[in-house]
Amino acid sequence: MSESGRPSRPTFDAVQVGDLLPGRDFALLREDLVRYAGASGDLNPIHWNARVATEVGLPDVIAHGMLTMATAARVVTDWCGDPGAVIEYGTRFTSTVPVPDDGVGARVTVSGTVASRDEQARTVRVDLVATCRGERVLGKAQAVVRLP
Amino acid sequence: MALDTTFAKKVYPPSPTYEVSREKIAEFATAIGSCDPAHLDQAAARALGHPDVVAPPTFAVIVAQRCEAQYVGDPASGIDFSRVVHGEERFRHHRPIVAGDRLVPTLHIDMVRSAGGHGMVTTRVEISDESGAAVATVTSMLVVRGE
Repeated sequence: MSESGRPSRPTFDAVQVGDLLPGRDFALLREDLVRYAGASGDLNPIHWNARVATEVGLPDVIAHGMLTMATAARVVTDWCGDPGAVIEYGTRFTSTVPVPDDGVGARVTVSGTVASRDEQARTVRVDLVATCRGERVLGKAQAVVRLP
Repeated sequence: MALDTTFAKKVYPPSPTYEVSREKIAEFATAIGSCDPAHLDQAAARALGHPDVVAPPTFAVIVAQRCEAQYVGDPASGIDFSRVVHGEERFRHHRPIVAGDRLVPTLHIDMVRSAGGHGMVTTRVEISDESGAAVATVTSMLVVRGE
């Protein structure tokens, strides 16, 4: 731990292509969807109202794609130690994350790998894999991170 | 109703300024489950070289989605929101967003395509500060499922 109480941050010179970031499992409950809806302003009822979700053909209420995307980014920001160091972040949404109202919710598993390094910019590209119930929920999820 | 493809390449006038507060950054960080001190504690953010608490990487979606509503909420666009699926999202940060920022978003419609009953639209929100300096670019692709 550094003086600021943070684990030491990875430096550009110490990071190699192929390095694995610490992966994590994240639980998403209905209350997390409601909180995200309020904070983001995305009040689409398919993210909190099962009646509306099933009426439009979904199996259940689903998580906001943007909540899944934000959650996956935590693997990157927790690793690099600076949320402001992510200079680019993009993904496709390949599958939905149904969140049942059973007190357990959904489990999203996220892993990350250093895929490339840019010597001049001192940035690395991290490729993320996020799965729920064995299916990939993000496609081509990539973050470009500037390292000290 | 089909998508109106004449919206492609349309650029809207700048939207009203969005003022980034410490409270909103903390609220959004909490909502995505992040307790990184750089979102919550000014001293922790300064230790990383930021002038104030720093926003999570996807925070700009708040500003972008409000701005996109001018288009996706416009009945003339032909977008049936109950049939919209989020296809892709991308953030490019020209610099980190921090508390105290006054952000000016401008909406660009990059692409509107109708094919085989399905539709696809790509919007781009260019976010600058009040001096016009680029802060972030948020690109969003929506799929409108056919009837």
